[in-house]
Amino acid sequence: MTEEIIIAGFGGQGVLSMGKIMCYSGIVQGQEVMWMPSYGPEMRGGTANVTVIISDDRISSPIINEFDTAIILNQQSMDKFESTVKPGGTLIYDPNGITRHPERKDINIYRVEAAAEAAKMETTKTFNMIVLGGFLKIKPIVKMENVIAGLKKSLPERYHHMIPVNEKAVKRGTEIVQEVQKV
Amino acid sequence: MAENIVNNDIIKEENLVYKKTDLLTDKSLSYCPGCGHGTAHRLVMEVVEELNAQDQTVGIAPVGCSVLAYEFMDIDMQQAAHGRAPALATAIKRLYPEKYVFTYQGDGDLAAIGTAETIHACNRGENITIIFVNNGIYGMTGGQMAPTTLPGMRSSTSPYGREVESMGAPMKMTELVAQLPGTYFVTRQAVHTPSAVRKAKKAIKKAFENQKLKKGLSFVEIVSNCNSGWKMTPVKSNEWMVDNMFPFYPIGDIKVPEE
Amino acid sequence: MKELRLMKGNEAIAEAAIRAGVDGYFGYPITPQSEVLEYLMLEKPEERTGMVVLQAESEVAAINMVYGGAGAGKMVMTSSSSPGISLKQEGITYLAGAELPCMILNVVRGGPGLGTIQPAQSDYFQAVKGGGHGDYRLIVLAPASVQEMYDFVELSFDLAFKYRNPALILSDGAIGQMMEKVEIGEQKARLTDAQVKERCPWATTGKDDNRERNIITSLDLDPNQQEIFNEKLQAKYKVIEENEVRFEEIQTEDAEYLFVAYGTSSRICQKSIQLAREKGIKVGLFRPITLFPFPVERLKELSKKVKGILSVEMSAGQMVEDVKLAVECKVPVEHYGRMGGIIPTPGEVVEALEQKFL
Repeated sequence: MTEEIIIAGFGGQGVLSMGKIMCYSGIVQGQEVMWMPSYGPEMRGGTANVTVIISDDRISSPIINEFDTAIILNQQSMDKFESTVKPGGTLIYDPNGITRHPERKDINIYRVEAAAEAAKMETTKTFNMIVLGGFLKIKPIVKMENVIAGLKKSLPERYHHMIPVNEKAVKRGTEIVQEVQKV
Repeated sequence: MAENIVNNDIIKEENLVYKKTDLLTDKSLSYCPGCGHGTAHRLVMEVVEELNAQDQTVGIAPVGCSVLAYEFMDIDMQQAAHGRAPALATAIKRLYPEKYVFTYQGDGDLAAIGTAETIHACNRGENITIIFVNNGIYGMTGGQMAPTTLPGMRSSTSPYGREVESMGAPMKMTELVAQLPGTYFVTRQAVHTPSAVRKAKKAIKKAFENQKLKKGLSFVEIVSNCNSGWKMTPVKSNEWMVDNMFPFYPIGDIKVPEE
Repeated sequence: MKELRLMKGNEAIAEAAIRAGVDGYFGYPITPQSEVLEYLMLEKPEERTGMVVLQAESEVAAINMVYGGAGAGKMVMTSSSSPGISLKQEGITYLAGAELPCMILNVVRGGPGLGTIQPAQSDYFQAVKGGGHGDYRLIVLAPASVQEMYDFVELSFDLAFKYRNPALILSDGAIGQMMEKVEIGEQKARLTDAQVKERCPWATTGKDDNRERNIITSLDLDPNQQEIFNEKLQAKYKVIEENEVRFEEIQTEDAEYLFVAYGTSSRICQKSIQLAREKGIKVGLFRPITLFPFPVERLKELSKKVKGILSVEMSAGQMVEDVKLAVECKVPVEHYGRMGGIIPTPGEVVEALEQKFL
């Protein structure tokens, strides 16, 4: 199994940390992982994206032409990454702020209304965990218990009291993800 | 043989008026006759000997006339890239906090190319000693203008005299580093007369002893002559130093810790 | 069980340094390697092992601090990225001239000048051919993963002390910034001052009655002596070339074409192999791990059984010169690369292979 994922959105949405949690979960279940951010003079509100690869085998290139899954969280990222999904691959997006919805006919498309859902929760910081839940429902490459273990490893101890609310958010994500198109 | 016999007649314990410290090697000094470097070397080594610290001392030689200081001082030494001696000393002292670490630098090395390393070692308050020999000129490369060259003073790169307007004013590094909170003891000395030598030695000893207090950097400037670079006899150059260098670089303590 | 962590390449270098018992790190911030210094400052290694960590006033000061520490026999290192490594060249040639062991990390970014902060491999010549003035060589290791960033810290110090020579880890912005799984090693104790004296009898640890004074210098004004010293250096480099070559081969057994690539490029080529083989093109990868010494002999051997070699680098073509020298024109050697901080994609590399050879 090798899953090549791009997560793209605004800085501050938790794009990079979502990728880290996926990687930690992969490590917990004995897989190889790779997390490659776009880096540069980016800031809160600017664009941020990260390539995540989780595999049973040694991981080759951190730079890839096309992805198994694209998780898209703003319009700029939709414009940039919709075309990079492999035919038959998966695109998951949050429609919040999206003005041009995905148009490809040869990929699976899912929506997860994470921003709207996060607003209903104790803290909107759970946004990225709701998205992660949506992804895991579609692509259960890491087990839920390993995600919680991954969360524990990636969060500094002083934030460990936040784990239950994050866990709740991941679960909520699995519930609210909707299929738009299946090929 | 006859010469030896004469020497042996003279070399007797009761005739001994001065003995070179064992911490200076027997190698002939490469400095010009009349230069102050020899005396400054001796004072530093006498201080190390009096502290009984030969095995506890690491010195840093600069680039300049004293590039070969390690040939004359019988202690472990490193020879630094031009101006970088305080960086070397910083690392050595941090890695061996109990050792005595000193740099021995000229004015081209310390006040021009090594300004950043000097200022920042002083500002961090490294517990080292900097010996700064200032003769207002680049000696080794043949008498070019240094940052310390006096206004109007001739050198091979200021053949009509240092013109402050286009070449800048001479830099008083010692006053400058005294402003920094990291310096603990800052003084300016000379080695042209016996009394000056005694005072200079006292200052150097204090600068070394201060390392044990771990209160910051001790900085000892020694205003010296360069009879070759200044194109004067040794006697004349010392007179010129007193008349011209001292008014601009006044001898005395600049920053003294409260006892 | 060994401890596994998710780390950036830069963080792995810093943690490995603490664990290897490094005595001192001296650095100056520059993207994309500032995490090395940041991680060290956060980790308080002075409490963990007594390691000294200092943010210097410049790259020039930092490398000269390394010179001072190395001259005193301690395990010391610095890190920077391309523009900063250019500044360090003065200190590096002095270190080589004084035969001082140390580790220097270059997390390469695109140049020339201030260039870009994105990854590149355009400092190959500088790392491998000298960089500063004079006839000297560095031992150059090229990690291709975060695990290798970690592992090469100790390896580079071992080689540096074995040969009394500076060692350089030539990484790039991609490997510095990417996160991967890292197996963390045991904490090694720093050497005591007595052990340092034993390992480095030449170091300025303080002259006692048992030995002559130790002098660390690169100066000898007598050209005859300086030539003898240079011959000694060259002889040392020859021994390194004979004994320290390291490389990796991937699917070279049946390969008709060969990629030669190091670091990030070698990772891309691994994917390109997969893509090319899906198209029926039998290609393999030869990955030099030591760039100096360059794995000449093995590459020469491999060249006898392939139809063409593509050197893939994030540069205008630097390592390709060493590849050509190694294969002695027995087989066509071509270069494919991107510059200025652009990383080629695996697909592009396959296209280049097809264009040049098929």
